[in-house]
Amino acid sequence: MKKMNILEINDLSKVFNLHILNNKKLEALKSINFTVAEGEIIGLTGKSGSGKSSLMKCIYRTYLASGGQINYKSINGMVDLVTASDHEVIELRKNEITYCSQFLSVIPRVSAVDVVCENLFKVNADKEAARYKAKGMLQQLGLPEELWDAFPVTFSGGEQQRINVARAIITSPRFLLIDEPTASLDPKTKDVVIDMLLDLKKHGTSILCISHDEYTIEKLVDRRINLHLGEILNLN
Amino acid sequence: MSNTEDNWLLKVNNLTKIYGDYTENSIINTGPEFNSNICPETGSIVACADINFELYPGEVLGIVGESGSGKSTVVKLLYFDMEQSLGSAFLKPHLDGLANILEESNQKKRWIRNYLMGMVYQNPRDGLNFKFSSGGNIAEKLIMGGNFHVGNIRNRATDLLEKTEVPVLRMDDKPASFSGGMQQRVQISKAIANNPPLLFLDEVTTGLDVSVQAKVLDLIRELQQDLGIAMIVVSHDLSVIRMLTDRTIVMKNGRIVERGLTDQILQDPQHEYSQLLVSSLL
Repeated sequence: MKKMNILEINDLSKVFNLHILNNKKLEALKSINFTVAEGEIIGLTGKSGSGKSSLMKCIYRTYLASGGQINYKSINGMVDLVTASDHEVIELRKNEITYCSQFLSVIPRVSAVDVVCENLFKVNADKEAARYKAKGMLQQLGLPEELWDAFPVTFSGGEQQRINVARAIITSPRFLLIDEPTASLDPKTKDVVIDMLLDLKKHGTSILCISHDEYTIEKLVDRRINLHLGEILNLN
Repeated sequence: MSNTEDNWLLKVNNLTKIYGDYTENSIINTGPEFNSNICPETGSIVACADINFELYPGEVLGIVGESGSGKSTVVKLLYFDMEQSLGSAFLKPHLDGLANILEESNQKKRWIRNYLMGMVYQNPRDGLNFKFSSGGNIAEKLIMGGNFHVGNIRNRATDLLEKTEVPVLRMDDKPASFSGGMQQRVQISKAIANNPPLLFLDEVTTGLDVSVQAKVLDLIRELQQDLGIAMIVVSHDLSVIRMLTDRTIVMKNGRIVERGLTDQILQDPQHEYSQLLVSSLL
């Protein structure tokens, strides 16, 4: 039986119009079409500047698409993420869609554990239970225990990366957008992260994953989409 | 997906404030397209015009813009510190959001202000009575909110000062002898004394030094997380907006020029002025 699609993107385009540079126009994405099935992991590949992150940010609505549709099948029905109201997007971000950027950007003076819990705090009032779960994940990812209550701003790249991944998947989102989850990780931790993502998939999460790392792509994804200069090169 | 349609806490329609005599043209001939808020015909000042938005319960909305863009005017009109020229505002907990709060009697406005709203001003002198002790300032708000038992008032004031990390030992001292950051925290205690569903914060960290600013911001974030208060945060500082808000309105020359999710405004600003603002961020 064919699986249902959680995401259907039709003719998506994105042009940046830079008023402060004499209305310079930058075309980041051109007529993008693809679908993501429920429980599928898709690898987004392509050189730097090919539009991978722009595509992801359009889906998350950090960027406003210039044209086309991004139809997302939420628990409550279909939503076009291009035209949905801000409040609808806020609800979806809270309950269904998580975006994990390439670099950790956090609110200062919040401990590593609470950074990981942030999204969980929004949907679950039991802070201690949330922290317990977060600590379990940090342990799995091999983050030294003495760092758990420290502030991640001063952490190394690899340490920040692990916190970034943990905070993205702690809520088991329905749809996960994740940018370079295994960059700057040692091979062992890389495997832990890949296993965690595969475990999410087993529980029904659909994932769109940007990676330059052939090993990660090989082990993780069901299908690749290769971007070049804002266009999809192949669909297989 | 209509589950969020009618869930607003505050709804603002066409809110407008004009100083001086004005005609219909005053609004037509001012605004960002003219880079001016002075009416060329009458010389009246259009502080803000055509302001429309909805705020949801527990949501934090940022209003950002340069000095004179009208951002403070918006919250001052909503807190009844100024009288609007045009427009209406509805607050769900007041008569189920059916009455325009801006047209209510002074007595009702006072009630709304004491039970349903709190305001924290940039200058603590605007929000605190410097002739009263810090505890007395909080008591004033509690009494206005219908608490008359001295013991209860003192207990509540103690709780609030502890929550905002003002030494309780200094409860009977006047805020004039406090540092700027501490005055601001007393002001916040006073503003939230009656557990209002809505809090206005007008440039609350401007003028504080960085570490003190950080503590005030931490406090605001904590209050929002723990008490679920909806907030309107007025600031010219994009880092404050990024740290505290979900959605942002950008104002210029008294008008809203852009609105959107805060991360969208910061990473993909659409309006010329928003782009300038974001690219000016250090």
